[in-house]
Amino acid sequence: MARLSLDHVTKSFADFDAVKDVSIDVADGEFLAVLGPSGCGKTTLLRLVAGFEKVTSGEIRIGSDVVSNSGGSVAPEKRRVGIVFQNYALWPHMTVAENIGYSLKVAKLDKAVARQKVEDALALVNLQGLGERGPANLSGGQRQRVALARCLVAAPSLVLFDEPLANLDVHLRASMEDEFSAFHKRTGTTIVYITHDQAEAMALADRIAVMDHGRLAQLATPRELYHEPANEMVASFISQGILLPADVLTGEEGGHCKVRVLGTELVVRCRPGQRPRAGAKICCRSADLDVSPDGPGFDGIVKRVIYQGGGARIEFAPAAGPDLTLHFEQPDPVVLDSGAQARLRIKSGWLIPAGTAS
Amino acid sequence: MSTRIRESRGQEMALTAAVAVVIVLLSLLPMLRLVKEIVAPGGTVSDVAIKAGLASPATWIATWHTLVVGIGGTLLAVLSGTLVAVLVSLTDIRGRGALVLCYVMPLMIAPQVTALAWLQLFGPASPFLKLFGAAPPLGTKNPLYSTSGIILLLGVQYGPLVFLLVRAGLRKLPRELVEAARAGGAGWFTVLVTIVLPLMTPSIMAAAALAFVSCVGNFGIPAFLGIPANYLVLPTLIYQKLAGGGPAVLGETAFLSVLIGVIAMAGILAQEVMSRRRDYRISSTSLPAEPYELGRWRAVVQAGMWLLIVLVLFLPLFGLVLTSLVPGYGIALTAKTATLDNYRFVLFEHDAANRAFFNSFWLSIAAAFFAVVVAVPVGYLIAWGKQRWVRLLNLSVELPYALPGVVLAIASLLLFLRPIPLTGIQLYNTVWIILYAYLARFLVLALRPTISGYHQIDRALEEAAQVAGAGLFTRLRTIVFPLVAPAAIAGGLLIFMTALSELTVSALLWSSGSETIGVVMFSFEQGGDSNYAAAMSVITVAVTFVLMLVTNLLAPYLPSGVLPWRD
Ligand SMILES: Nc1ncnc2c1ncn2[C@@H]1O[C@H](COP(=O)(O)OP(=O)(O)OP(=O)(O)O)[C@@H](O)[C@H]1O
Ligand SMILES: [Mg+2]
Repeated sequence: MARLSLDHVTKSFADFDAVKDVSIDVADGEFLAVLGPSGCGKTTLLRLVAGFEKVTSGEIRIGSDVVSNSGGSVAPEKRRVGIVFQNYALWPHMTVAENIGYSLKVAKLDKAVARQKVEDALALVNLQGLGERGPANLSGGQRQRVALARCLVAAPSLVLFDEPLANLDVHLRASMEDEFSAFHKRTGTTIVYITHDQAEAMALADRIAVMDHGRLAQLATPRELYHEPANEMVASFISQGILLPADVLTGEEGGHCKVRVLGTELVVRCRPGQRPRAGAKICCRSADLDVSPDGPGFDGIVKRVIYQGGGARIEFAPAAGPDLTLHFEQPDPVVLDSGAQARLRIKSGWLIPAGTAS
Repeated sequence: MSTRIRESRGQEMALTAAVAVVIVLLSLLPMLRLVKEIVAPGGTVSDVAIKAGLASPATWIATWHTLVVGIGGTLLAVLSGTLVAVLVSLTDIRGRGALVLCYVMPLMIAPQVTALAWLQLFGPASPFLKLFGAAPPLGTKNPLYSTSGIILLLGVQYGPLVFLLVRAGLRKLPRELVEAARAGGAGWFTVLVTIVLPLMTPSIMAAAALAFVSCVGNFGIPAFLGIPANYLVLPTLIYQKLAGGGPAVLGETAFLSVLIGVIAMAGILAQEVMSRRRDYRISSTSLPAEPYELGRWRAVVQAGMWLLIVLVLFLPLFGLVLTSLVPGYGIALTAKTATLDNYRFVLFEHDAANRAFFNSFWLSIAAAFFAVVVAVPVGYLIAWGKQRWVRLLNLSVELPYALPGVVLAIASLLLFLRPIPLTGIQLYNTVWIILYAYLARFLVLALRPTISGYHQIDRALEEAAQVAGAGLFTRLRTIVFPLVAPAAIAGGLLIFMTALSELTVSALLWSSGSETIGVVMFSFEQGGDSNYAAAMSVITVAVTFVLMLVTNLLAPYLPSGVLPWRD
């Protein structure tokens, strides 16, 4: 078990920065998920930690040892990290047991001890008795478990996952999620888990690092990420947040402030120390929206009604900002039709902190 | 409506039929004729030919020699080719493009030229050794006139072949398979031995089989190095028998050529068995692994690689050029003795050499042109055809090239010894029988790149023309040919380079008046006129170099892997 810290890490390919000035501290035994759109540099970040890529600048420490900085890099085989790849990367010319026992053989462990460890690892991932099979004769879920067992058998101090469930179907994914979670609880290993599936990240992780174009957009607990996004990218990326232009009318007081949005005034949550300003943005979720035929609110037109079983997702364009789209769910019986006039109310929201517009 | 259906079906049928006729004539017919000669000499089934062949001790000795140099050459080629492929593909050495170009070069040089060049380097008459006064005294035996000499040169000649296949395999190795092992604690060498090389088994085995077939069927090297030492392998035994006995011994040589074919096939079968013992299928695709950093060893490895290239390419070619400038056997080369007389002699004075240049050029051009024209429709049927049986076509076109050249030469002789029935046309003892053999043997060299060209083209381009109302032949001419032309033409150029100094086939098929460059070179060397042979070799190597440069101009339009010397 070990702490992992990245300190202003940058990785450039030619003149393209795949990872840019990222600083993350992962505590001993923590489960960190890295989340972000495709191409944002997640895999590169992982490969930097594993030592397959060299940092352009910055420093990476595992435990108390510096493993990478611009001066040099500890070879991957000396880092004691385990890694599970999206495409499993099982060696086709070895049986399941040989795959799992590889690192023990490399470490020249006593044969009997190694055999016992392989048996234990197989049991840990519920694959008893499959040791003599070839990887080609396994299902996707079984292969992923072999890959997991292979990385666990060497008792690594840090385990890295690169979208381990991306190739599995929905049901298998749910059950593997449970297994990962149970495994983490049982062993207390430090884990860095890459995914582009928000639900997976939220379900598993202690904290989530959201990446965007190689930068770290926010590092926070799932709850904080959802309720208090630090910038517009995170706000719109997590759970399809709705961003609305706002003028801040009063300074922060007790975690709230007054804003004007689409011509109506309302009180939203905010970070301490926010001051009145124009051109701010608030983030609200579909659950924060309410149809209010005659109360306070703003008018607009229903653009689209998408029935989803048990209710509908409604896309709404406010009259005060016809280019904006707000969406919310309405349970059956759905009364709104596309083209209809409606009046909406925003129940609550979050003021995106100043100075972080992306 | 029905006439229109018939019309469009008709064009497709015509194309298929034409292709089938070509394939039958060039591939199946000669092979069947050869088999008939063995199992039913003179028309009735008997084992006379087989028994006679097996009874002769010369057969056994030559078979033994063939196996020795075949296996030895293959081992050397596999070791050197794999080593170079690993160094070039998996480490961070610099100057990869130039290294690959130079290392693959021997493949583009005819085997007998390689043999001649090396002989000139080490013999007692070596102008190169004489430059340092290190030549052994005249009359000493050239150390290359030996089993190990033959094995060495076969290894040099076919190492690049192994290199190309293993390199292609290494390029497809997903980096995760390597990285998972490194994360498991394995250092680079351990990863190489336990992961990379085992996963390359299919590539290495395929390369070994190809190298084995090439070594077993090679004529040029054992002819130049073995005949003077009276060390005969099957191809040279066939040559000697035919040269001495003429058509009368054709049945006997047919047996020997089938024996070569069987040995070659056994090599291919062994490869099949070896690569099926385990599961080597790599299912994922990904980027190749990061090159291993050699660190301070990089300079050493680089120097070693270039030393190897100097040894196997530059020195022999240098020796060849020196010999071509010497006025006569054993004379030391100085500024005073250097002369271009040898070139003048072979280019303008010697009749047979003159004819040979003329014959080889037009034979190569004809074979290349024909192959390009045929490869486009055949490739069309194989790559895009809907009928399953068409895929068998591919196999039958590969056959004459996969089997040693001697086999095809003997088959052609048997086929055309007598005038062609009904027409009375006589091909035997004319240059046309060589053309026939070239067409049959080299077609596949143009077909392979053409097929990979087809696989890169979006079929919709042709279908758009179809929708626009173009018939099959119009489409082939106006849409398909222009699209695959670069690949097919590059294939044609490869054929030209290969055919220009070809020896194996023409050594058995030539007659007075239809000499080829390879044949005349061989007879100069046998007559002790190495200087003339060297001059001819230098000319063909120069032509090959120039053509390689020209072909490079096509490179941007070619699927990768068509030009072996480009990395
Ligand atoms: N070896 C490389 N050379 C050049 N560019 C690279 C290399 N590896 C990655 N990149 C680039 O770096 C960027 C980030 O790549 P990375 O694989 O880290 O993305 P990712 O977040 O893992 O995406 P995905 O979710 O699609 O897997 C991409 O634009 C990619 O093209
Ligand atoms: Mg990725």
